[in-house]
Amino acid sequence: MFTAAKSSITRIALFGAVVLVSACSTPSQPDGINDPFEQTNRQTHEFNRGVDRIVLRPTSNAYGTVVPERARNGIANFANTLNQPADVVNSLLQGRVENAGHSTFRFLVNAVFGLGGVLDPATDMGLEDRDTDFGETLYVWGVPEGVYGELPIVGPVTERHAAGKVVDLFTNPLSTVLEGPQAAAQTAANVASGFGTRYRLSDTIDSILYDSADSYAQARVIYLQNRRFKLGVDSSGTDLDPFEDPYDSLSPQ
Amino acid sequence: MTHFPLSKLSRRIFLFGLGAGFLATPVFALSEASAKTLVERAVADINAVIASGKSEGAMIRDFERIFQRYGDVPTIAISALGPPARSASAAQRSAFAQAFSGYMARKYGKRFRDFAGGRIEVKDTRKRSRLIEVRSIAYLPGQSPFNVTFLVSDRSGSDKFVNLLIEGVNLFQTEKVEIGAMLDRRGGNVDALIQDLRRAG
Repeated sequence: MFTAAKSSITRIALFGAVVLVSACSTPSQPDGINDPFEQTNRQTHEFNRGVDRIVLRPTSNAYGTVVPERARNGIANFANTLNQPADVVNSLLQGRVENAGHSTFRFLVNAVFGLGGVLDPATDMGLEDRDTDFGETLYVWGVPEGVYGELPIVGPVTERHAAGKVVDLFTNPLSTVLEGPQAAAQTAANVASGFGTRYRLSDTIDSILYDSADSYAQARVIYLQNRRFKLGVDSSGTDLDPFEDPYDSLSPQ
Repeated sequence: MTHFPLSKLSRRIFLFGLGAGFLATPVFALSEASAKTLVERAVADINAVIASGKSEGAMIRDFERIFQRYGDVPTIAISALGPPARSASAAQRSAFAQAFSGYMARKYGKRFRDFAGGRIEVKDTRKRSRLIEVRSIAYLPGQSPFNVTFLVSDRSGSDKFVNLLIEGVNLFQTEKVEIGAMLDRRGGNVDALIQDLRRAG
């Protein structure tokens, strides 16, 4: 049954990838920042800032204040556990069999010994979260990064990451099994977990969005550095080379 | 306890490190061991400030002292200012470096509070061209462990930090973008930028 579900998931994923990847047309070597639609993106950024200020920030603060930390951690763990099957599928699609086994065991340990995923005994056993997504799968398959952009509500993305996010909506085998109230519980856990993250990182996110001289440029440079680090992209020689030596720019060699 | 997979990135860094190591050994005074010691001492000092329970203002002053003791602040500052630094006067450069130091301490000192109850474990070191990369893992209560990397150089004459990376986000380049935006807002006027920087963070 699992195999049947998996093969249908794989088919959907492959189809989505083929359709969406054709949109990514820029060269595969990331060269610093590739943002040809900056003007439009800046307008979207202003919209997103408004949504954060009016909805996300106050809701997250209320969530963090009303719901005790233990309960918030439990909800975040639950959402994470439910997401493990999607990590397994992506690890398999990436040919990372060891990671697929790792995430499978993490799922089983937390589901069975972690009260259905509310606790996280797996991390203490050395089965830490190895989060992945279909955007990473596309990277492993050699799909170029594409241009940078900021999407309404979603926030900063590259074309490849955006294509991956669309496919991510369909790659969790659990989502095909869960129905009605269970599916609603999964969605609710994901949304609440998102508010929890916004609350936990509140100072940092506020500082980027509301205190910086150009919050669009800050969000862009931070997102690109973090995303390329996560994927293991080699950025040496680009504008975002993490090992740039500050002394070199002072005294030309 | 937790084991970290040898990812594509770390393999590449490792191979590059090996190559750079062979090439650079004869002229490289800074050793990986001394870079690691520097990071461990700075981490111990930061932990002591967090554990001191002082007021936020007092902690930020302590962080600024740590930042100046362990980091090459003038180089980080002038390099973050970029090309406008070349046409700036010596007095402007020094005023800018001083304002930058206070700005960094205020901005990131507040963030260090989040490290309360946590610990940073130094994992390994590698040579990256003329820099030494010291990789560590930060463990904070209620959070997944994350990667913190210090870049150390001895090109100032002694071992100093020149950069810090948190999950790949690199403090030096991120601040370069921010300083650039602040300068643009002031139409390229370095003196006005220095005034703004004294209040920012």
